[in-house]
Amino acid sequence: MSILDSKIPEGPLVDKWTKHKNTINLVNPANKRNIDIIVVGTGLAGGSAAATLAELGYNVKTFCYQDSPRRAHSIAAQGGINAAKNYQGDGDSDYRLFYDTVKGGDYRSREANVYRLAEVSANIIDQCVAQGVPFAREYGGLLDNRSFGGVLVSRTFYAKGQTGQQLLLGAYSAMNRQINRGKIQAFNRHEMLDLVKVDGKARGIIARDLVTGEIERHSAHAVVLASGGYGNVFFLSTNAMGSNVMAAWRAHRRGAFFANPCYTQIHPTCIPVSGEHQSKLTLMSESLRNDGRIWVPKRKEDAVAIREGKLKATELTEEQRDYYLERRYPAFGNLVPRDVASRAAKERCDAGFGVNKTGEAVYLDFAAAIQRYGKEKALTSGIENPTAAQVLQLGEEVIENKYGNLFQMYEKIVDENPYKSPMMIYPAVHYTMGGLWVDYNLQTTIPGCYAAGEANFSDHGANRLGASALMQGLADGYFVLPYTIGDYLSKDIRTGKIPTDTPEFDQAEKETRARIEKLMNGAGTHSVDYYHKKLGKIMWDKCGMSRNEKGLKEAIKEISQLREDFWKNVKVPGTANSLNQELEKAGRVADFLELGELFAKDALDRRESCGGHFREESVELTGEQKGEALRDDENFKYVSAWEYKGEPKDAQLHKEELTFDNIELKTRSYK
Amino acid sequence: MKLTLKIWRQSDAKAKGNIVDYNVTGIEGDMSFLEMLDVLNEQLIAKGDDPVVFDHDCREGICGACSLQINGEPHGPDRLVTTCQLHMRKFKDGDTIYIEPFRAKAFPVVKDLMIDRSAFDRIQHAGGYISVNTSGNTIDANAIPVNKDDADDAFAAATCIGCGACVAACKNASAMLFTSAKVSQYALLPQGQVEATDRVLAMVNQMDDEGFGNCTNTGACEIECPKGISLENIARMNREYLSASLVTK
Repeated sequence: MSILDSKIPEGPLVDKWTKHKNTINLVNPANKRNIDIIVVGTGLAGGSAAATLAELGYNVKTFCYQDSPRRAHSIAAQGGINAAKNYQGDGDSDYRLFYDTVKGGDYRSREANVYRLAEVSANIIDQCVAQGVPFAREYGGLLDNRSFGGVLVSRTFYAKGQTGQQLLLGAYSAMNRQINRGKIQAFNRHEMLDLVKVDGKARGIIARDLVTGEIERHSAHAVVLASGGYGNVFFLSTNAMGSNVMAAWRAHRRGAFFANPCYTQIHPTCIPVSGEHQSKLTLMSESLRNDGRIWVPKRKEDAVAIREGKLKATELTEEQRDYYLERRYPAFGNLVPRDVASRAAKERCDAGFGVNKTGEAVYLDFAAAIQRYGKEKALTSGIENPTAAQVLQLGEEVIENKYGNLFQMYEKIVDENPYKSPMMIYPAVHYTMGGLWVDYNLQTTIPGCYAAGEANFSDHGANRLGASALMQGLADGYFVLPYTIGDYLSKDIRTGKIPTDTPEFDQAEKETRARIEKLMNGAGTHSVDYYHKKLGKIMWDKCGMSRNEKGLKEAIKEISQLREDFWKNVKVPGTANSLNQELEKAGRVADFLELGELFAKDALDRRESCGGHFREESVELTGEQKGEALRDDENFKYVSAWEYKGEPKDAQLHKEELTFDNIELKTRSYK
Repeated sequence: MKLTLKIWRQSDAKAKGNIVDYNVTGIEGDMSFLEMLDVLNEQLIAKGDDPVVFDHDCREGICGACSLQINGEPHGPDRLVTTCQLHMRKFKDGDTIYIEPFRAKAFPVVKDLMIDRSAFDRIQHAGGYISVNTSGNTIDANAIPVNKDDADDAFAAATCIGCGACVAACKNASAMLFTSAKVSQYALLPQGQVEATDRVLAMVNQMDDEGFGNCTNTGACEIECPKGISLENIARMNREYLSASLVTK
């Protein structure tokens, strides 16, 4: 019997959440006033949790490293948010959203959690509209939907290409209301450096004021970690520069198990790397794949000529182009899921068909769509026998209406007009499905320490569907945590304020100070970025889109050596007791250097291909699916939850077996 | 590219700052402005000097963290972009570039190019929300249809990223564009009507208390705004404010 208790309520799938809410303990309003909660991170999950908990009457303290909660990286999400509203009458339901999410996650998520997510999804839209979030509307004044990520219904709500921004500002406004009431105290430009446990329970954090450098103690009856994902372990990703794993990793070191670290989503449509100086990558919304056709030259010499600037993409005829997704996956074509599209691009580039100067880019071509839309538009505008120039102009106008802001962004960054020559794209690290292990109540293996949003592992299995991250963050924060945390806190109504002048806080602060001092006193050979870039390269080459045993073993060794070198030789200028951005980075990279090794270890253990995790040793050998990912349900139908035991190499694996009572396990086929 | 940078250095909020000259080499047109500063900072760290402090995070033009007054313009010479999306191809080899923090009494310098924009947060605390509980027990989202034009205008106002370029561009250091964007968003939506009167008064009062100047309609804010927030929002806020002042008890 596993020591992991997922605490999934008994009863039929559809009744679990309702029944659970009806039977868990509540805290009466007068007692809530005496209970403090810390929320780390103010993105969709943290911001919504903080606002709701404060509204219920708890005293909430929020922490974010940015200068304002409004800048959390949820703000950068573009495409939309899923909800099983069935406004389009196209057959959507809670069950379908649940089914799509479990299947999309390649059957590596928990049925009960995912069903709850689908169940509360419709409420999120009601809530956000009531808050004044300006979703896109139709002319009749009702909400508009778009379809996304290859599912069969239109359930995605959106606000142009800025859905994340609008939802985050909604959560931020809810926070502001509570700040104004005095129920939330916001600690901005603060970073959590450690979790403090008292009698085995999470009772506070050690934080650093990033402006003064002061180390502070903050106590609470429960701590919620909503600190996002760890994609920046790859150095280059679509995450914000400051996105980091520190809060989650500090909790892991204090006893919270870390689940499925190897599940990473590599998004197929990002702007390619342009050179060594690159500091981050920019995503182009997945919606572009609805109209763009992806290709590389058929002949290698053409690819070489393009790379050397001797040939232009537009000079190649149809016959000289290889629309490899349409060729390999005739049924889904350019709309295969993210993991499949990413691997196919890598395969072509590795084989020497890449089209930019680094050889790591493929084309996303709108010429066919421009022609198609141009002709349609000419017809509906009553233009008989339109000239080629008219068709082109009309077609470009349609494309501009649909994707104008994305095309403009592309042109600003790449300095090429995507209406005239095809876009260049390449996959990039985008989202991490893994995270802190949580039970049905979103509690980690440390009592009183909760994890929400991307920071936990719970709902997306081995691969996340488009427009589901926003849904999960808000579901956790608005609708799940506020219930489940009450059950835990109902036992704390007589505890009283948690003092911070205790040996536990003394010890945690002492360890934090020692760690900072060690970082400040490196021998001073290389900057923090030097190590971060090195780590990123190991991760990308050996733990990236495809992985094999040899590479993973090398990665483990190389990361551990790099970590040792880092602690000896990192150079952090300035002082610890003042604003010091290099010191902040150093602390974050130090944790990435541990997480990266655990990541590789987890990937090594999972000798199957599933979702975003592709093991070269585990592919279909025969039949129609030859060469495609081969999942192994018999041996790997489990969640890997790693317990900290000192060095990452000593981490101990605990398995949570997954059961599927409501869904039949199938091979994902997109042929 | 080889560049001469004249950068504002100030060790903390109380210290007196000054412009310091730096030379950087090896700058490519594909680099963003902040990546150019990364190159400079790597050089400074290697020499044992203190790197230049500046705010930045998403580096894709949406979080609103980055700022910088570049050759006297907020977010530099390009239009509709933040500094993180400004590329070095907008500059020429041998250029001298002045880099300063956004200047306003209400935005004190924290260090070097980093400023304190918490005044913006406090304006939002004062009324930048609709008082609805987050329990989810609200009416169905489609129960209140919203005219598409109003919804689109509300969205356009809501795209403000809170970077402060409007304040830095304004000779009066006014925060009217920022404040009016939020007032407009809610004024245009039926959900925002109930509290409209109190909201505009509270937010404008807070804006004044923070020490921002008034609006004299020069329109610099609209030109420099990386999100193209329209001056019409200021007109709308003035209407809202006037009518609120007339009916308030």
